[in-house]
Amino acid sequence: MEKVIHRKLGKNILHLGLIILLAFTTSLSAQEGDPAKGKALFNANCAACHQLDKKMTGPALRHVEQRLSDDQGLDRDWIYAWIRNSSGVIKSGDAYANKIYNEYGGAAMTAFPQLSDDDLNNILAYTAEEKAAPVAAVASAESATTTSNEGGISNELILGALAILFILLAVGLYIVNKTLRRFALAQNIELPEATQRTPLWKAFVKNQFLMLVTAIFFLLASAYFAFGYFMQIGVDQGYEPVQPIHYSHRIHAGDNGIDCKYCHSSARVSKTSGIPSLNVCMNCHKSIYEVAPETLAEGKAIGVDYNAEIQKLYTAAGWDDAEQKYTGNSQPVKWVRIHNLPDFVYFNHSQHVSVAGVECQTCHGPVEEMEVMYQHAPLTMGWCIECHRTTNVNVKDNAYYTKIHEELSKKYGVDKLTAAQMGGLECGKCHY
Amino acid sequence: MSSNKKYWKSVEELNENSSIVETLKQNEFVEEIPTDEFLGDKETLEETSTTRRDFLKYVGFSTAAASLAACEGPVKKSIPYVVQPTEIIPGVANYYATTIADGFDFASVLVKTREGRPIKIENNTLAATNGSANARVNASVLGLYDSLRIQGPRKGEASISWDTFNSETTEKLENIAAANKDIVLLTQTFASPSTSKLISEFKEKYGNVRHVAYDAVSESAALDAYQAKYGERGLANYDFSKALTIVSVGADFLGDWQGGGFDSGYSKNRVPDHGKMSRHVQFESNMSLTGANADKRVPLTPTQQKLALAKLYSLVVKKNVTVNGLPEKVEVAIKKAASQLLKAGSNGVVVTGIQDVNAQTVALEINEALSSKAFDPNTPIKTRQGSDKAVAGLIADMKAGKVGAIIMSGVNPMYTLSNASEFEEGLKKTRLSIAFSMKVDETSSKAQYIAAAPHYLESWGDVEFKKGHYALTQPTIRPLFDTKQFQDVLLKWTGNNVSYNDYIKDAWGTDILGGSSFNKALHDGVYVGAIATETVETTEETSADNSTEESTETTPLGNAARDLAASAKSKGLELTLYTKVGMGDGQQANNPWLQEFPDPITRVSWDNYLTISKADADEKGLVNKHVANGALNGSYANVTVNGVTITAPVMIQPGQAKGSVGLALGYGKTLGLKTEMQTGVNAYELYQGFNTVQTVTIEPAAGEHEFASVQLHNTLMGRGDIIKETTLEIFNTKDKKHWNAVPTVSLNHEPVPVTSPEVDLWDEFDRSIGHHFNLSIDLNACTGCGACVIACHAENNVPVVGKTEVRRSRDMHWLRIDRYYSSEESFEGDNTKKDDISGLGSSLSEFGEMENASENPQVAFQPVMCQHCNHAPCETVCPVAATSHGRQGQNHMAYNRCVGTRYCANNCPYKVRRFNWFLYNGNDEFDYHMNDDLGRMVLNPDVVVRSRGVMEKCSMCIQMTQKTILDAKRDGRKVGKDEFQTACSAACSSGAMAFGDINDKESKVAKLLEDNRMYHLLEHVGTKPNVQYQTKVRNTTEA
Repeated sequence: MEKVIHRKLGKNILHLGLIILLAFTTSLSAQEGDPAKGKALFNANCAACHQLDKKMTGPALRHVEQRLSDDQGLDRDWIYAWIRNSSGVIKSGDAYANKIYNEYGGAAMTAFPQLSDDDLNNILAYTAEEKAAPVAAVASAESATTTSNEGGISNELILGALAILFILLAVGLYIVNKTLRRFALAQNIELPEATQRTPLWKAFVKNQFLMLVTAIFFLLASAYFAFGYFMQIGVDQGYEPVQPIHYSHRIHAGDNGIDCKYCHSSARVSKTSGIPSLNVCMNCHKSIYEVAPETLAEGKAIGVDYNAEIQKLYTAAGWDDAEQKYTGNSQPVKWVRIHNLPDFVYFNHSQHVSVAGVECQTCHGPVEEMEVMYQHAPLTMGWCIECHRTTNVNVKDNAYYTKIHEELSKKYGVDKLTAAQMGGLECGKCHY
Repeated sequence: MSSNKKYWKSVEELNENSSIVETLKQNEFVEEIPTDEFLGDKETLEETSTTRRDFLKYVGFSTAAASLAACEGPVKKSIPYVVQPTEIIPGVANYYATTIADGFDFASVLVKTREGRPIKIENNTLAATNGSANARVNASVLGLYDSLRIQGPRKGEASISWDTFNSETTEKLENIAAANKDIVLLTQTFASPSTSKLISEFKEKYGNVRHVAYDAVSESAALDAYQAKYGERGLANYDFSKALTIVSVGADFLGDWQGGGFDSGYSKNRVPDHGKMSRHVQFESNMSLTGANADKRVPLTPTQQKLALAKLYSLVVKKNVTVNGLPEKVEVAIKKAASQLLKAGSNGVVVTGIQDVNAQTVALEINEALSSKAFDPNTPIKTRQGSDKAVAGLIADMKAGKVGAIIMSGVNPMYTLSNASEFEEGLKKTRLSIAFSMKVDETSSKAQYIAAAPHYLESWGDVEFKKGHYALTQPTIRPLFDTKQFQDVLLKWTGNNVSYNDYIKDAWGTDILGGSSFNKALHDGVYVGAIATETVETTEETSADNSTEESTETTPLGNAARDLAASAKSKGLELTLYTKVGMGDGQQANNPWLQEFPDPITRVSWDNYLTISKADADEKGLVNKHVANGALNGSYANVTVNGVTITAPVMIQPGQAKGSVGLALGYGKTLGLKTEMQTGVNAYELYQGFNTVQTVTIEPAAGEHEFASVQLHNTLMGRGDIIKETTLEIFNTKDKKHWNAVPTVSLNHEPVPVTSPEVDLWDEFDRSIGHHFNLSIDLNACTGCGACVIACHAENNVPVVGKTEVRRSRDMHWLRIDRYYSSEESFEGDNTKKDDISGLGSSLSEFGEMENASENPQVAFQPVMCQHCNHAPCETVCPVAATSHGRQGQNHMAYNRCVGTRYCANNCPYKVRRFNWFLYNGNDEFDYHMNDDLGRMVLNPDVVVRSRGVMEKCSMCIQMTQKTILDAKRDGRKVGKDEFQTACSAACSSGAMAFGDINDKESKVAKLLEDNRMYHLLEHVGTKPNVQYQTKVRNTTEA
């Protein structure tokens, strides 16, 4: 289970419990408020622009009420007014309201007139909580790793025990045999001598027919393996290079269920699927600056610090997380290309993705399970052809195919046409 | 009928005993592979210390090493955008409408960009009236990626920053203005309303400012004549689609005459429609593209042309002008032309290219007398504005030290002026000289400051093509180098802080658009406004020089013709300077595509040469001869004009008027271009007094020049019937089988058409399902302009091979335009002569006579590319099945499968397959665009760059047809009518090439397939090509 801390998403229950515990111990300036309800409201309404401990589009909100009353002498009514109609407060000439308005680039806060006093009290109660230490989460993650390790050890143990058992048996048999012989010798029982037969290998060598058959077999076998070896030269199936940023498709496409074509949008219209530009990453990662503790722990287990990887993204995109703005110093990421088709092959993603409706996974494999992206398919011509021979063309609701499908299916006497029957095996369709 | 004509590409072919022609017919690859060169002879083999065993060891080791090295693939990096521009999707092309205006070529174009790189120029179909992209415009995209471009501003040799440049030059300009010295702007013709406005603002600020427009190849006489007659400086605008009788006296209007761009209109009436087509009579001295397309061509020396024009005037306008001294045959021809003109009335038009005010006036007067519909006096062409007198005056002033500062943009006077030394002298006396230039060329290297100028694809701009017809130039890529355009710097000098982009927007908003949207105009690239009334700024510059013309204006009609006739006095051999279709004024001399582009007429690439008639050459002892491999050699000649001598190679040109010679401008540049491109001789040295006609003396010089001529390449194995041709009369009156018969073969002693299935070796494949592509080429509409050749180069990554390789018949053009001569002027003459031949003795002498008739041959152009035969001979002989047939009619070529046996090329009856002898994109011997990182940016990413040892050929732009299909599939719709295009058909502005799906019965090409004029090349071979040709019809009607 991976989760990222999102301003709209809740934290895990354990964390929540801790907060509740802490909430009772801290001085409750936010009387009557229910921090649990407040959290839900906060996530639903405020989290797009505010974070408890971090400046974002708007200021950090932990202990906001206390801060306002201590520093500015503003009471809860002022906060109510501000939340429900901030522009009204600004217009009224309130000094602090105008100061805040200008500090955050003249962007007025969305008005929330629908929030009742109770709602606001709950939210303020939530903001008044102390920051929780993320100890428990780490501990739970650690325990998860140990349990998974245990399973591995037990398997080995069983195998080891079995091996020892077999060795003991073998030794036992040998000793029994030896003892019996000694008994026989002691009681003068003559053991029958094994007659000297021609060794097997000599007989084999003498049998010319067998030799011939074997030689042919070996030649064929070696040719087979040599052919196999040479044919896999240049086939990079399973190629799994280390990338400059450890990007996990497992988290994004698998756990978070992001559609492939959200990031690889040009696959719909272009011949290339397109490696997403960094501004696409920043659409989400502007607000996702760190992963959830469990996710972090999972990463640690395989030697990856996901938070550090997000920082790498920020460096590349030139994003100053503290100031929440772009510095302009970007460093384009040099990804290592995994799927390489030779120049003399023309492949068009949109043909397969948009027209044929082929799932990305058909060629790229279980990407949603890949922690590190690798080449799933061999990408050889035989592999392409095989699919073209067996895949039916998706002609449904496509006016382009209406006529040709009708005529061709009559010609071949079939209901559905394969890509090959449509002419998908012609050399010039991919080589020009 | 047509098949009886004798066609030849080179004079050599008329020689019955030529062993070279025979060799070329027999061999696809003329040159033996020089195996001795790398295997060595016996002696060296014996001397070597490497034993056979050692040799085998080396081979074994290197094979093992190579295969080991191949096991590990290289690591490839992919670098995405940090912020992807919304309009760019990697892998999808964007198109931008823009305008080229380099002072010589003006055209509205579409620029295809991929991932932000411009890679191809296409026609802007919205701008049909503004001239279409010719070969040079198509090639201009490569100029953007010229590795010799200057990368930033310079002061002398040293690089400086723009800030330094601006502050230093502004200070100097202010000082010069304070000292009351002249500041001169010497520029190309911009024809730009906003630039004119800007220059007038510059004038206001600095006072003594003079703007001199200078065209390297001057149209000053035509401008002066027009200005005198109509009061506005411009060029007469002709729409040849409205003309049924065209008489041209020395005007190469399908070439660069008056800025060019007349070919699409001309071609419209060249295709017989309801039994009618235009009649075109041409009087000229050089064999020009226009003359080659004429129905009747009369070779005349320049002096005779003047007389002929005067005579024509006397016959058409009937003023009492007496003209003497023309040969009788010519007189007859002129009389016939005149009577046809009179018969045509307002459907007739007369144009002339004689650079003489009187001649131009006469042409205008004739058109006015005819009230020609083709001539539109209301929309003069603005793309030439130079004034010879102003330039001459400027040089005189500079020499006299009157000029304080000279600022040049878009001009290269040190190269294009015949009196360049005087200009240089003047330049030394000028306190400040600045040249805006893309190169360190002849002029900018002499200037104090070089302001690095951007390519037009990186610039903003606007153009007024003709009165009221506007176009916009927009950048299609961010400047590659630290460049600034002339107008931006002008803005800085005038103290204006807006960018030129905003300035144009502003100027258009107030002066041109009249409320229409600027963005729409920018999107379309063109805007046709109400015809403006205000005169353009440059007129006031030249108005000072108008005194002489005013007198012309007041003279009564007929005086111009009389003066013209009087001025026509021949003083010996006359040279006509002209511009070639491939090179123009020489601005793009560093463009390998254009250098390798074979001239439509002579079929020579990488050169200019002195064209001379056979008779004159014989007299002077000048020869052309073919060497063993079919390559052409020619003598050198010293050409002298008023004491200036240059040595040029000689090309004997059939159809060249006796007593005249021709030489192309635009060659012989030495600075700002690679050594390979430094070809030809600089004819501008002979362009004295801006007169294209000069009296010359010619002396044979020592040595022999090696031409890279492709005219004898790819001869079709001596098979005839290449071109089918007939006359309009026969076409209208006789049955198709008379003039376009399908060849027959004998089956059971009965003649059966070759197209019938029972005489076919192959079974027919059912192609009625899906698409079936055909390309139709109309020999009537094709002018031979060659835009398709360059478009094909750009689209298909065709390599440039260089002069020596072209000489070896190894040119890589996928599309060639064959030029055929036929000897007799009329069919009847040709046929009767041929029919009368009896016996060998007679045939030799008669054919000999036909050779003499090469004095004035008829010309036909025929573009030939892979014919995509349904029964392709190449496919059956490929041992590895690398070339195979698709059901859509295309003959596929899988390069990765090809092992280079070249059987296919040997078995191709059309000689359209090209073999990659070298790795042209990775071999320093071929220092062209494919071998430097900048030049490679022009490559089309959708087409593979072929490797060495691979056969290649026209693919019928399968990448384009596949894209069209995919677009339709993605949208879930049928492919639109005539949506399919190839690079050549899209580039063809004359409508000669039509491409499409013949299974779509509505498509243009399906209808053309049923046309009576349709035939296939070498139909009797039975290859069933998917390229159709439309029989050429000549209008031989003599009035």
